[in-house]
Amino acid sequence: MQKVYTKIESIVGNVVTVRAEGVRNGDLALVGDSYANVIKLDHDKVSLQVFAGAQGVGTNDPVRFLGRPMQVSFSEHLLGRIFDGAGVPRDNGPALTENMIDIGGPSFNPAKRITPKHMIRTGIPMIDVFNTLVESQKLPIFSVSGEPYNQLLARIALQAEVDVIVLGGMGLKYDDYLQFRDTLEKGGAMSHTVMFIHTAADPTVESTLVPDLSLAVAEQFALEGKKVLVLLTDMTNFCDAEKELAITMEQVPSNRGYPGDLYSMLASRYEKAVDIDGAGSITILGVTTMPGDDVTHPVPDNTGYITEGQFYLRNGHIEPFGSLSRLKQNVNGDTRDDHRALMDGMIKLYSSYKDSLEKKSMGFSMSDWDEKLLKYGELFESKMMDLSVNIPLEEALDLGWKILAECFKPNETGLKTSLLKERWPDKDAVADL
Amino acid sequence: METVTGHVTGVNGNLANVSFEGPVRKNEVGYIHVDDKRLKGEVIRVTDGTASMQIYEMSNGIKVGDPVDFTGELMSVDLGPGLLTQIYDGLQNPLPELAEKCGFFLERGVYLDPIPDREWEFTPVVKVGDSVAAGDTVGTVPEGLFTHQIMAPFTLKGSDWKVKSIKEKGSYPVRSTICVIENSTGEEKDLSMVITQPIKQPIKCYKERLRPDEPLVMQLRAIDTFLPVAKGGTFCVPGPFGAGKTVLQHMEAKNGEADIVIIAACGERAGEVVEILKEFPELEDPRTGRSLMERTIIICNTSSMPVAAREASCYTAVTIAEYYRQMGLNVLLLADSTSRWAQAMREMSGRLEEIPGEEAFPAYLESTIAAFYERAGKVELKDGRIGSVTIGGTVSPAGGNFEEPVTQATLKVVGAFHGLSRERSDARKYPAIDPMESWSKYTGIIDMDRVEKARAVLRRSTEINQMMKVVGEEGTSLDDYITYEKGEVLDAVYLQQNSFDEIDAADPPERQKVEFDVLYDALMQKFDLKENAEVRSFFNEFRQEFLDWHGTVFGTPEFEAQKKKITDLYMAKAVH
Repeated sequence: MQKVYTKIESIVGNVVTVRAEGVRNGDLALVGDSYANVIKLDHDKVSLQVFAGAQGVGTNDPVRFLGRPMQVSFSEHLLGRIFDGAGVPRDNGPALTENMIDIGGPSFNPAKRITPKHMIRTGIPMIDVFNTLVESQKLPIFSVSGEPYNQLLARIALQAEVDVIVLGGMGLKYDDYLQFRDTLEKGGAMSHTVMFIHTAADPTVESTLVPDLSLAVAEQFALEGKKVLVLLTDMTNFCDAEKELAITMEQVPSNRGYPGDLYSMLASRYEKAVDIDGAGSITILGVTTMPGDDVTHPVPDNTGYITEGQFYLRNGHIEPFGSLSRLKQNVNGDTRDDHRALMDGMIKLYSSYKDSLEKKSMGFSMSDWDEKLLKYGELFESKMMDLSVNIPLEEALDLGWKILAECFKPNETGLKTSLLKERWPDKDAVADL
Repeated sequence: METVTGHVTGVNGNLANVSFEGPVRKNEVGYIHVDDKRLKGEVIRVTDGTASMQIYEMSNGIKVGDPVDFTGELMSVDLGPGLLTQIYDGLQNPLPELAEKCGFFLERGVYLDPIPDREWEFTPVVKVGDSVAAGDTVGTVPEGLFTHQIMAPFTLKGSDWKVKSIKEKGSYPVRSTICVIENSTGEEKDLSMVITQPIKQPIKCYKERLRPDEPLVMQLRAIDTFLPVAKGGTFCVPGPFGAGKTVLQHMEAKNGEADIVIIAACGERAGEVVEILKEFPELEDPRTGRSLMERTIIICNTSSMPVAAREASCYTAVTIAEYYRQMGLNVLLLADSTSRWAQAMREMSGRLEEIPGEEAFPAYLESTIAAFYERAGKVELKDGRIGSVTIGGTVSPAGGNFEEPVTQATLKVVGAFHGLSRERSDARKYPAIDPMESWSKYTGIIDMDRVEKARAVLRRSTEINQMMKVVGEEGTSLDDYITYEKGEVLDAVYLQQNSFDEIDAADPPERQKVEFDVLYDALMQKFDLKENAEVRSFFNEFRQEFLDWHGTVFGTPEFEAQKKKITDLYMAKAVH
């Protein structure tokens, strides 16, 4: 019953146009033997985006419309498997065809969401203390090429307590892909992991499908009551692929060549992060590399407006400034009573330290107060910020008090008197406050 | 009336081209039939006999030849009792009901009645024979805290309508006819408690627009004292991501002293809406003792919902705001974020292949933004009551750069500008409103002379701080250093406010006045301090005591004691 069209009218970039009737917007088709989807209809002219790239496509290649949108199989058998951006197995295992589900489904009803309130412990003080990660949060790691963001991602994947991990890789270097796989295998996490990997060598278009595939699968697991962690790296490659497509389609570019709907495009993916009333949850941790370390670049900029905070990974550590977990207030009130105040106090002092450091570098004489701040800053950086530090939250908080007491008098910290009395390590110093 | 029909000839993203038979109006609503579903859309352009429709839903699965019905009606909302406490999407679909019907996901093509189907206790205020014009009250029903007025439709044309019949006092279903009106030509209209209003037409049934001259208290010190907002005024909150725009708006929604608060979550995070959904019903409005939700309506079109409906959501919100204004109430509309709304326009404009303006925004961006903010205002209604709509919009400028088109277009038309700065939020100085860059044209709760003097201290302090970065602390005179510390203390104890502290989160105007008096007096003193270290330690102590003061309950003996402690502290060092 499938009709075959053999007259392709135009081939521009990865988009081919064919005359056909009764075709639905968004449907899947086969051009030759590579998959394509319908992106535009104009009377009987149908524009198709070829996943594997239009290279080598001939005007007489057969086009078959499959009458369904892009789908992916969903079952327990996915766990431990690795697929490419078109959903084809990469691990020499069998292809899965049972229980096919549509990708890029409708958005979640906000009325069915619940307020996230479970902390995800990572053992990294810069996250646990200062920017707590929360279940169902969507959070990107802003970084630049060369930083160990994939290692950080893998470490969080291993240490976080979740039921299922879905890893979506876009434009990954082949070595990085292997490293991910090996780290997860060694850490024993592979048995509850699904990977959709698009490597830099694969056709560009396929990378645009990776987030949708990963999230469609994650959504099904979450509906079954599982806590799912989705790792997406690197979202900038995804955006660049979308840009390429938009330009091919002759869309008016808005900012540095990116399409005007970049925000909506990213939002519809990140917004899949959810804590479901009466079922599981999806937490999304993405990587966004900032071209030229420029946070005002459209990709990190739009991402920042969508996600619930961001981690800046620079010089091998998570920056205290700029890094932010918007949901931390939901959980850090219940961890320990000094958590919030200590977190704010320490950051304010670290900010003053940065000022003093600037003054020092300009050659000004340092007051006593500056000296105190400098000492504090150094301790903070070596004992808290270093990524190799791996301690639980409570220990990290105690460490914070210790650092403060080593550097300051109680009333110099700007913390509430009642709290100082309770937590200051040297009780004599706070006795007469 | 004959319905006009057509069929789809092309699809590009959420834009569908439709060829049609019969007359079609621009901005009228049509439905595309896909399988067994009807997808709502709006005609936004007609060219060469083809109507371009923006579809308010996902456009997957539409095919060439799909039938289309045109309704002949402009995009409208239903207004009536029962709107309060509701949570709608941009097209006024009630989300909780939708969840009941469709489960976890927002299924497309499902449109539910936005007005809850129930009975209300109706009291007529007109008699048979009375004349009625657009917007006139025909009766009232009690809705929560308010007397909800049932009005004649605002779109009613002509001035010769008379009441033909009216229901007696009693309980009636919301959609039943409660009044029949008739004009001189014998045309009759049935009125129910629900009226329909096109969202892009401002409601103009009032006597006169007044100058916004009364402060709208937000219980935020930085705003009420330094950057006030007026009832019927407009303000905007631009800021880079992470600067705390949304937290600030939630604070305003919670503590703003308006009768009704409408929150338009437009293209922002769903999680933030959920926070309101879960938190507001639990919170008590201190002025009425009722749940905060009873004065709140949420219009929520989050970023992952279809983009065309996002454009409509701001208009839906402002139309509902105007409706309650017509009852003589003060309405606060908070839109988060107007940039997403502008981007929705940009996306559509791109699909229409219009010639792009700056950053590909359409050329009509400025006039559209101006028209939206102009729907705010304080008005005197025909019966002499005063009502107002205050609009506060956040702006999310690309890259945090205020020089971009949406921020600039907004700044031209608002009366107050609360610019958030990344620097302040990085240093955890919340609310991160930049006290130097921001401005307000309205008058606040404290006399502006003293506020200006305090602001001058702050400005001078910032200058000295800049200078100190160059010449160092040792190159700064003691007097200057004291001024610098005064500014710092003003910032730390007055501009900053802890929204997570139970007491400090809301600072009522009476308390602000007392606190400002003390602080102002301290700022204006000359201090007898010998060296920088002494200055620093004095102001550290002052700051500490002041922060502890924020932790005491207003009007209690502890509050008074702490006030005295602070006064004694600075008076001891002051030069008389």
